[in-house]
Amino acid sequence: MNYIPLTAGDLAIAALLVLANAGLSWWLELGIGRRLLISAVRAAVQLALVGVALTALFSVRSAPWTAAMAVAMILLAGREATARQDRQFAGWWTYGIGTASMTMAATIVTLIALTTAIQPQPWYDPRYAIPLLGMILGNCMNGVSLGLSTLTATVAHERPAIEARLALGATRREALRPSTTRALRAATTPIVNAMSALGLVSLPGMMTGQILAGADPVEAAKYQLLIMFLIAGGTGLGAVSAVILGVLRLTDARHRLRLDRLRAA
Amino acid sequence: MLATPISMTIDPPAPARLSVRSLARPGLTSASLDLAAGECMAVMGESGAGKTLLLRAIADLDPTTGTVSLDGHDRAAIPAPLWRQQVSYLASDAGWWAQGVAEHFADWNTAAIIAAAVGLTAEAGSWPVTRLSSGERQRLALVRTLANAPRVLLLDEPTANLDEASALAVERLLLDRLASGVAILMVTHNPNQARRMAQRLLIVDGGRVREEAGS
Repeated sequence: MNYIPLTAGDLAIAALLVLANAGLSWWLELGIGRRLLISAVRAAVQLALVGVALTALFSVRSAPWTAAMAVAMILLAGREATARQDRQFAGWWTYGIGTASMTMAATIVTLIALTTAIQPQPWYDPRYAIPLLGMILGNCMNGVSLGLSTLTATVAHERPAIEARLALGATRREALRPSTTRALRAATTPIVNAMSALGLVSLPGMMTGQILAGADPVEAAKYQLLIMFLIAGGTGLGAVSAVILGVLRLTDARHRLRLDRLRAA
Repeated sequence: MLATPISMTIDPPAPARLSVRSLARPGLTSASLDLAAGECMAVMGESGAGKTLLLRAIADLDPTTGTVSLDGHDRAAIPAPLWRQQVSYLASDAGWWAQGVAEHFADWNTAAIIAAAVGLTAEAGSWPVTRLSSGERQRLALVRTLANAPRVLLLDEPTANLDEASALAVERLLLDRLASGVAILMVTHNPNQARRMAQRLLIVDGGRVREEAGS
């Protein structure tokens, strides 16, 4: 593949756009300039570090190091998915539910992709395993985060209706079904929208990246479709398990609503 | 108006005796009481005294210690949904989970017979919940609970939002249920209503429960 290598100057020009946005924010007193700059600096530092780490990882092609990288990514994703929840479960439950769901979903989907569609040699080749896991995990993280935050917000808001059903003899599953449905819809809406608009409204980042790097657009589209299906599968699996675990934590074996297990908003 | 005798149209539930021993949770201290089939006990006390907590605790809607039984059957051995079908709690401002009134009933046609007894027409089933006044909501919530044919009713101020005529219609409906053997534990702030409805009076004060002597 032929690609046009980027220089530091090229990146600096792109960074000027972020600076311009921050300047606009200060001028208009929008209050987003500082956050924008911090996240841009954070992204640059994180990507630079990950670039170095991936280069080292690809050169050693070791199963333990690949596994260690995957675990680190999953733990960080768990933190990111749960750090900005408005209503959290008391203790480590939010982090535990989010991380367990993402671990299960991302691991299953990545393993399926590595052992069926892509089949690198060895199957854990970090050049394939880590970027795949990253893409699946990133989207799964959004789904889990949206699912859990919608579930806790809806259940807290709908408490009178849920308890009215429980008082009439409904099971916790029946009483929380509307909240569960709403949480799962919220969790999967971004990926459903992304798949619906794919190619019509937007060319996704991975496909654009491949085309810019010189790949054949049809091959890039095939890869993109594979990735979208993997992402959709991982997001759905992660969101469903997180929301089900959330419902179980918000209720107990006597089919009682346990909002006391949430920290005050 | 009690247009239709309810006990003739709806199968009455089997009478049952409720027994509560040392029931406690934060805000409620070791409550004990017995309630026989067909008996009504009024629960009175200042706002925040723990009356609602007592009713919710008996309905098993909150974690508690102590024992509660129905006809000698320990609550802990009965699946919670089955317990609440028999021992039903009705909140003072009960929630609604669907848009239409009839969607809240397993069989609106049967429930409409009960609704008629508290002055609501069968047409109410086709109304959206948002159209209901607070009084209509309260009466329909009671109808929703009664349609389940519970053996014990735990009612939290069931006439708080009603005018006098509607409140009396609700009382007549409840007296009819008492006559068929249903036991009722009813929170009220109205001493006259307590006298009309209840044979016994329970006072809740600072989370402590005591039965009024000679009530």
